[in-house]
Amino acid sequence: MRISILLFGIAKDIIGSKNLEIEVNEECRVNDLKQEILNQYPGFENLKHLAIAVNNEYARGETSIKPSDEIALIPPVSGG
Amino acid sequence: MDNINFSKEELERYSRHLIIPEFNIEGQRKLKAAKVLVVGTGGLGSPLLLYLTAAGVGNIGILDFDRVDETNLQRQVLFTVDDVGRPKVEAAKERLEKLNPHVNFTTYDVQLTSANALEIIKDYDVVADGTDNFPTRYLVNDACVILGKPNVYASIFRFEGQVSVFNHQFKDGTFGPHYRDLFPTPPPPGLVPSCAEGGVIGVLPGIVGSLQANEVIKVISGVGEPLAGRLFLFDALTFETRTLKLHKDPNTPKIEKLIDYEQFCGIGGDAKEEKKVKEISVQELYDMQVKGEDYQLIDVREPYEYEIANLGGELIPLKMVTSNIDKISSSKKVVVHCRSGARSAQAIEALKRKYGFDNLYNLKGGILAWADEIDQEMAKY
Repeated sequence: MRISILLFGIAKDIIGSKNLEIEVNEECRVNDLKQEILNQYPGFENLKHLAIAVNNEYARGETSIKPSDEIALIPPVSGG
Repeated sequence: MDNINFSKEELERYSRHLIIPEFNIEGQRKLKAAKVLVVGTGGLGSPLLLYLTAAGVGNIGILDFDRVDETNLQRQVLFTVDDVGRPKVEAAKERLEKLNPHVNFTTYDVQLTSANALEIIKDYDVVADGTDNFPTRYLVNDACVILGKPNVYASIFRFEGQVSVFNHQFKDGTFGPHYRDLFPTPPPPGLVPSCAEGGVIGVLPGIVGSLQANEVIKVISGVGEPLAGRLFLFDALTFETRTLKLHKDPNTPKIEKLIDYEQFCGIGGDAKEEKKVKEISVQELYDMQVKGEDYQLIDVREPYEYEIANLGGELIPLKMVTSNIDKISSSKKVVVHCRSGARSAQAIEALKRKYGFDNLYNLKGGILAWADEIDQEMAKY
């Protein structure tokens, strides 16, 4: 299935766009999605530090993903 | 609260608060009784301090170890041209006392560390985190968790801001999620640029720091619903906002004591990488130029940085360095530079590791050192 992901902060820089479309297996959890992004975009080798939100809710690794879900990739920012 | 009284001047000053039905004099009493520590008097600290002072928070701690710099004035509206070079806490206190004489200020011209954080924070009711680096963010968070204090958090990057109220104590006595429930471990050094490295649009901290000040006032007064268990995201470029729900993560280890946060964030390791590469000082480079030595100068910054100031080097941005090795001499001495020396060290390290270059020298301190020691006319940014 095809998943569409919104990008924030430095994730936008790594991909060079504010959105990302990615093909994943039907049975997909947040951790699988992270792995798939990493396979396709090696620039994300430090992905474990990014938070993933599913439908505006912070999601842990075991959360399942459906194609209709809104996924957001949120890296930490430190500026003040 | 009964022992908190207001003078005629104060009642007049705060009248617009006093006539809000759900805020009224009770809310104002709570503000006057409160002690708030603002950590960092930068982009976020400026609106935070201005609004908390104007609103009549009775006791405000101001913590920063830095001095006011020219590059601060584009967004740090607390300071003026005359303040450049002064300790930030001193300039801030002077400005804020003029804004509201009914507030007590305590200044801390120190860096918050694992050694002093608990001692400083324990006297406050609320902490507002406006710092500019990951080690201090984890330190502020952990100290607040240990002491059971709410941490009103905001941070910014270029056009984007994040706000949340971490470790908020709800009426039933339980605590809301904190920073480590959201980001359990810090990013590796160098991945996420600070404002100094990545830039920030000047208005952004004004917007985000004002939201942060509003959350501080809500937490103190108990009015409204604080942004606890939620993370607010703002993109000034697209004017998109979203609020994510956060939860406490059962896997987050219990925080019992403060640790070495520089080490936790891998800062020590990064500096070592910089040291591993061969270095050359700006004075040595200048001497080479004067003597007319044969060498190649490579600038690994971005084209828009080159526009601000440059040493006439060949521009190959860091990301493109390893795909442009044909442009880099392997026979003569090559000096690589950037703004401060960090990116050029990364470039040299990668070229050495992947392609075996052994003739590369890092310009220590980069453009900034050149501007300080060789060319005072050059703009520092």
